Amino acid sequence: MGKKLLLEHINVPGIETFEVYRKQGGYASVEKALKTMTPDAVTEEVKKSGLRGRGGAGFPAGMKWSFLDRKSEKPRYLVCNADESEPGTFKDRYLMEKIPHILVEGMITSSFALGARTSYIYVRGEYMYVIRILEKAIAEAYANGFLGKNILGTDYSLDLYVQPGAGAYICGEETALLESLEGKRGNPRLKPPFPAIAGLYASPTVVNNVETIAAVVPIVNMGGDEYAKIGIGKSTGTKLISASGHINKPGVYEIELGLPVEEFIYSDEYCGGIWKGRKLKACVPGGSSVPILPGELLLKTAKGEQRLMTYESLSDGGFVSGSMLGSGGFIVYDETACIVRNLWTFARFYHHESCGQCSPCREGTGWMEKVLHRIEHGHGQASDIDLLVDVAKKIEGNTICPLGDAAAWPVASAIRHFREEFEFHVKHPEKVVNPKHFEITPFVSERVAVIG
Amino acid sequence: MAKVTIDGIEVEVADGTTILNAARQIGGDVVPPAMCYYSSLKETGGKCRVCLVKVTQGSAKDPRPMPKLVASCRTPVMDGMVVQNISSAEVLEARKGVVEFLLLNHPLDCPICDQAGECDLQNLAYEHGAAKTRYEEERRTFEKIDIGDKIKLHMTRCILCYRCTFVADQLTNNRVHGVLNRGDASEISTYIEKAVDNDFSGNMIDVCPVGALTDKTFRFKSRVWFTKPLDAHRDCPTCSGKVVLWTKGEEVLRVSARKDQYGEVKEFICNECRYDHKNMKDWVVEGPRHIERNSVISQNHYEKIDLQKLKLEVDRQLTFQKGKQLPQSNTSQA
Repeated sequence: MGKKLLLEHINVPGIETFEVYRKQGGYASVEKALKTMTPDAVTEEVKKSGLRGRGGAGFPAGMKWSFLDRKSEKPRYLVCNADESEPGTFKDRYLMEKIPHILVEGMITSSFALGARTSYIYVRGEYMYVIRILEKAIAEAYANGFLGKNILGTDYSLDLYVQPGAGAYICGEETALLESLEGKRGNPRLKPPFPAIAGLYASPTVVNNVETIAAVVPIVNMGGDEYAKIGIGKSTGTKLISASGHINKPGVYEIELGLPVEEFIYSDEYCGGIWKGRKLKACVPGGSSVPILPGELLLKTAKGEQRLMTYESLSDGGFVSGSMLGSGGFIVYDETACIVRNLWTFARFYHHESCGQCSPCREGTGWMEKVLHRIEHGHGQASDIDLLVDVAKKIEGNTICPLGDAAAWPVASAIRHFREEFEFHVKHPEKVVNPKHFEITPFVSERVAVIG
Repeated sequence: MAKVTIDGIEVEVADGTTILNAARQIGGDVVPPAMCYYSSLKETGGKCRVCLVKVTQGSAKDPRPMPKLVASCRTPVMDGMVVQNISSAEVLEARKGVVEFLLLNHPLDCPICDQAGECDLQNLAYEHGAAKTRYEEERRTFEKIDIGDKIKLHMTRCILCYRCTFVADQLTNNRVHGVLNRGDASEISTYIEKAVDNDFSGNMIDVCPVGALTDKTFRFKSRVWFTKPLDAHRDCPTCSGKVVLWTKGEEVLRVSARKDQYGEVKEFICNECRYDHKNMKDWVVEGPRHIERNSVISQNHYEKIDLQKLKLEVDRQLTFQKGKQLPQSNTSQA
């Protein structure tokens, strides 16, 4: 049984209310930080903990905090990025829905560390019911003196607001989020300047994922050094994984980083194996934008080592034979899944969500979607496969924000590992007319074997 | 001051200058093309990605190269920075890709487009694009709309450079148009086809790099290369009054602002000068407008030709076309 830090009390009845949460030891980190620590000491603990951003990029959170321009006379802001829209990722929703006070608590402690007097939680518009839950939690925190003027009798004051988005994936990109929060069109900004220097209302701002902010609570409670003992190497602490796809027990799991991928998929504590007794074909381990991996490369790295659920191990081998932990959207495919159809679905998503600001992403995502639609529906040509690779290459790295990369990586990796399947679609258009083509007769590859 | 090396040519520029503007101080072939950047409008640039360059050395203090290609129009130079533009195959490849993306949904209706002959996209595609498209799908189209009685918006041709929205933001006092929708469905439009009516709104036509915003008083009147551009001015209470008259005989077909060698207007003109004075008598003609020799507009254009300069220009073009590489001894200014 792995250690639980965020979801420890998730099954306590009434945990979404202040009273029950407080009885379970909630808001202890606020008391500890405000009464016994200086803001810099809290930042130091987060640095020591080795906590890495849980939104996808995995940038060390303490380092991000230390970049914040503390010399500027402008107000500083902490913004929580709850615009969770990556296909395959639903961990933040679960956390905010079931145990909203851990986010509120994390926001107070983190705002104190950063010296922010006003903080925002930017929630995607589709999570309207979550917004109501958060607002109720915030009202309870105000009523109990954990928010507002002079929190717990100290001279620290904080106002916390929830802001709904309008339903755009791109607003999960931190600068687009800030634009949207300011009331503008959600287009990503050009960097530099980075938000740590000029973010919200041109003031120093830190934008962190929900899970990152929630993780500050156990870090302050148990101390950064203690937190860093969990996990392996530079991947410290616990991580929420949103497991979905062809598994027996889909859901949100809190794992200690360093858990073997094989154990995560097959153990009864977590995913419980592939459903219907089928075999493992492929997996997207970190949300739709990270490269897809065939089963054998998922369980073992190209060097033959066991693959672990850590930032380093999952990206071992670069993009040639590795992937990324990303936001932890763990999507598993059994042998009946069609990689082309799956990729088309992803491409359609990125086409729909591109903001349209810079040309490679605006035009390229639509192009890839149309070509993939053609291949999947049996109208593809042999040259289309190389065309896709080339278009993905022309988008990657040439855009303002990472959405272009996120659209290009799945295409490049799917063709890299499952090229035979694309060729099958082109060569046998009559066999892919039925949308459930591989469900009827699974595709047998000579290069990539299914596991199980 | 910062010293920066672009394609082997060293130049010293003021701090905070962008790579693109540093390259423009050198001039010639090392200047990256720009479709969305506009030096007289603040905060433009970074969107079209044709000006991408490779920074092989970040600065003298921190010589690490930048991991990705950067948009030269928005990246400030650092002392000791080393930049590769046309000397990097990677940059040329990426630029070719961007041009392909820009042309993907562009209708290529140049034969009936008023902008033909003075179109930035045409020039860019001629220099950097491929001869054939690999795009087989249907192109996206929009209905043509009138924004005001003087400007026609042909959104199908638009490359979404956002320049016109910056004109409305920075030159006029209320912006009524902007970008609607997102992705490749995004379009420049007004709130429920409201008219754009403002003293300086006509400048949107001049800043548009393609034929998306055209002058309704000039639409389909003449191909631009059949007109004779003249520099002229008048005493105008609202603007500088310095314009270009596009004439045919004694008739003034169009009035536009003066563009510099990078196609940018430095002195914007008011709508009165643009639309209401299409009469030779209203203007003091200064003489024929200088038109770049390689432009199609210079057909039938009578201007005193500096033969020496022309020869240099032809030589430069020839070396440039030969593999688009700089000569070995790349020390003098091109």
